[in-house]
Amino acid sequence: MEALKQELKSKIIEVLNLEDIAIADINDDDALFGDGLGLDSIDALELIVMLDKDYGIKLVDPKEGKTIFKSIETMAAYISENRVK
Amino acid sequence: MKKTYINGLGCISAQKTFDTIFLEEAELNEDDIILPLKAPVYKDFIPPVAIRRMAKGVKNGIVASTLALRVAHLETVDAIITGTGMGCIEDSEKFLKAILDNDEQFLTPTSFIQSTHNTVGGQIALGLQCKAYNLTYVNGSVSFESALFDAKMKIEEGEASSILVGGIDETSDYTMSLFKLAGFIKEENQGPYSVLEATTNGVVFGEGATFFALENEAKENTIAEILDLEILNKLDVSEVEDKIISFLALNNFELKDVDAVVLGYNGDVDSDSYYKNLSNTTFVNTPQVYYKHLSGEYDTASAFGLWVGSKIIQTQNIPDIVKLNALDKPAYKTILLYNQRNGNDHSFTLISSC
Repeated sequence: MEALKQELKSKIIEVLNLEDIAIADINDDDALFGDGLGLDSIDALELIVMLDKDYGIKLVDPKEGKTIFKSIETMAAYISENRVK
Repeated sequence: MKKTYINGLGCISAQKTFDTIFLEEAELNEDDIILPLKAPVYKDFIPPVAIRRMAKGVKNGIVASTLALRVAHLETVDAIITGTGMGCIEDSEKFLKAILDNDEQFLTPTSFIQSTHNTVGGQIALGLQCKAYNLTYVNGSVSFESALFDAKMKIEEGEASSILVGGIDETSDYTMSLFKLAGFIKEENQGPYSVLEATTNGVVFGEGATFFALENEAKENTIAEILDLEILNKLDVSEVEDKIISFLALNNFELKDVDAVVLGYNGDVDSDSYYKNLSNTTFVNTPQVYYKHLSGEYDTASAFGLWVGSKIIQTQNIPDIVKLNALDKPAYKTILLYNQRNGNDHSFTLISSC
C-alpha cells in the first residue's frame, strides 16, 4: 500500500503538471481538492482517465469520485480493492 | 471616423524584447534553423494554478498582452482579437499523439481544451474577466493583419474604444520535423543561415507573441497611429510597386514621403525576390529595415515587424542590427511595412507618429 501511495503521488504530479510540488509535499491524508492541493474539475477528469488507463478502473457513478479522490489515502485504498491491472 | 492609436505594446520573441528599450540586447543567431525563444519568467505574470496547464504559446500571449496593457495603462478592453497561423500546435500534437498511443482510448481533457486556435484569446479574457468581443483569425501569413484589420474597423466605426490585438505562434517538435521534410525550413548543418545572402529555399523558423493595445484617442503614452492596412491574397513580383504606390496614394502619400520601409525578408530566395526589387529600385533612397533574422519566420512574424516599426517611431532610432541600408532620416514619421510569404498573403501597413 505504501508503494502505491508513492506511485500515486508521483503520477498526480506528472499528469497534472504540478511543477512546484514534490512527492514529500503531499501527505497521505491531505485533501486533493479545495483547500488542500487545490485541484479542480479538469484535474478530476484527468484522474478518472488515469484510473482507467493505469489500473483498469472505470468510474461509472460520478458521485463516487468525491469519496475516492478525497486524498491519496482514499485513492490508494479504492485502487487496491478494485484494480484489474 | 475614429483614428486608431497604438498606446501599448508587448513582445515575446527570440530576442529579449521585454525589459529592454529597443533591441539593445539583440543577438544575431545564424547557426540554428529554429530560433529558440527568449522566455520571460512566466510566474511573474501568471498564477501557478493556471500556468501548469499552459503551453508556451498561451504563456507568451498572456505575458505579451499584459505588457501591452501595462504600457497603455489599461486594465481591460472592449475587445480581444488575436491572429495565429498554427494555433496551439503543441497541445494539438499532445492530444493527437495520445489518440494514437492509446488506440483512441483514455483521452484526457487538458491538452484538448488548450489545443484550439482561440485558446490564447480565451485565456487572456479569463485573466481579465473580459466578456467582450473575442475573435481569433487563422489566415496563414495574414492572420495577424486580419485581426488588426478587424480591430481597426471596430475602432473606426465606434464599436470599441480600446482593443487588445495580437499575433501568436509557437513551434513544436513534430510539426517542425514535418516542415523540415517539406523543405519549409532550411536544411540542417548548412549554416551560417544569413537571411540577406541566402541562395536556397526554406526559412529559419521562429515563434513569438506580440500584442498591441489600440485605442481611439491619442494619449501621452501613444506610440504611433495606424493609418491604413491592406491585405492581398496573391500578387506577381512585377505588381508590388504599383500596389504600394496606389496604397500610399489612398492615404495621400507618395513614395518619397515614406521615412522607412520595413520588409519581411525571410531568407527564402524565391520569397525574397518580392522584396529585392523594392530594395534596389523603389525604396533605394529610403531607410530600409528587416527583422526576420531576429525573430525567425512564422505566420504572425509580421506582428514582430509592426513592433519594430512602432519602436522606430517611438525611439526615433533604427538599431544597426535591423538596418538593410546605411540611410538615415532626421525623423521617422511615416513607416510602411510590407510582408508576404512565397508570393501569397501580402500585407501593407502604414503607421505614423502622432
